[in-house]
Amino acid sequence: MAAKRKTPVKTRNPDLIRGVGKYSRSKMYHKRGLWAIKAKNGGVFPRHDPQPKVPAAAEKRPKFYPADDVKKPLLNKRKPKPTKLRASITPGTVLILLAGRFMGKRVVFLKQLNSGLLLVTGPFKINGVPLRRVNQSYVIATSTKTDISGVNVDKFDDRYFTKEVVKKKKKGEGEFFEAEKEDKKKLPEDKKEDQKAVDASLVKSIEGVPDLKAYLAARFSLKSGMKPHELVF
Amino acid sequence: MPFKRYVEIGRVALVNYGKDYGKLVVIVDVVDQNRALVDAPDMVRSQMNFKRLTLTDIKIDINRVPKKKTLIDAMEKADVKNKWENSSWGRKLIVQKRRALLNDFGRFKLMLAKIKKAGIVRQELAKLKKETAA
Repeated sequence: MAAKRKTPVKTRNPDLIRGVGKYSRSKMYHKRGLWAIKAKNGGVFPRHDPQPKVPAAAEKRPKFYPADDVKKPLLNKRKPKPTKLRASITPGTVLILLAGRFMGKRVVFLKQLNSGLLLVTGPFKINGVPLRRVNQSYVIATSTKTDISGVNVDKFDDRYFTKEVVKKKKKGEGEFFEAEKEDKKKLPEDKKEDQKAVDASLVKSIEGVPDLKAYLAARFSLKSGMKPHELVF
Repeated sequence: MPFKRYVEIGRVALVNYGKDYGKLVVIVDVVDQNRALVDAPDMVRSQMNFKRLTLTDIKIDINRVPKKKTLIDAMEKADVKNKWENSSWGRKLIVQKRRALLNDFGRFKLMLAKIKKAGIVRQELAKLKKETAA
């Protein structure tokens, strides 16, 4: 193949309508400078000999031909993007969790991970919610924002939160009747350290705002007379 | 049992239904048994059924169907805005509007303030009870 240009050439021949260019063949000949290329090459268009072809490896005959035609599946070039983050959710926003173990807890948003899930922390000291992933759909964004500038969340991504793969040992007959040796998995120390590091500066900025610490420690619930569609969050 | 607030030209009323909900308007003329011609500084003069209006205590001094400028001047002279905002009804509406715009954190702080106030009131009441019992 001839050498490719670094940037693809924009057509010098704009379309009047689809299929009809603005300039005729003779005009385009002049625009593209083919006359200059010919002049440089002595009146003839330069001709390059074809480059020696690399001999293709000899293909082996397949040992199995299917009886009927096998359909090739359609090509899928889709690249999924992370879920679009709601405009009301910015780093430092206080979110209300709506489902799961921490239902009703008010929690600080840190960043959106590549899978689209939101990285969130209690902070742990204040309301017991650790560094956790949460789906955007199960969250109400309040308009309360905290200062998150002192927090470094670069090291957290989806792989940090995946479950550890435990190799299953082959169980013998006798071991079925033994008591389950594995008790509750302990949280590794480095995860605890990560939590403390993230929460240190967060808690300081939260304590700077009056009542915010108590606010984050309390759970949200709908009381009598509260109409969610009329509430401003 | 007699009526105290009458439908008359110059009576200020509160709109309680429809597009102009919550506005203070002045009755400028009476169309028939059910409808009034009604006007406000920020509104095009229009007719409204009396059922959409709640009469207030405030009355201003105007002739039948005044020009807009005359109406605005009469409202300034009678100081309708301040009279309304200082009346207990007007103050209640202002508080309602402010509470509706509170966000979740605001509602939490309101709850804390209410509890604190109730605590102080109860302390004072307990003190007074002790004094009268003694």
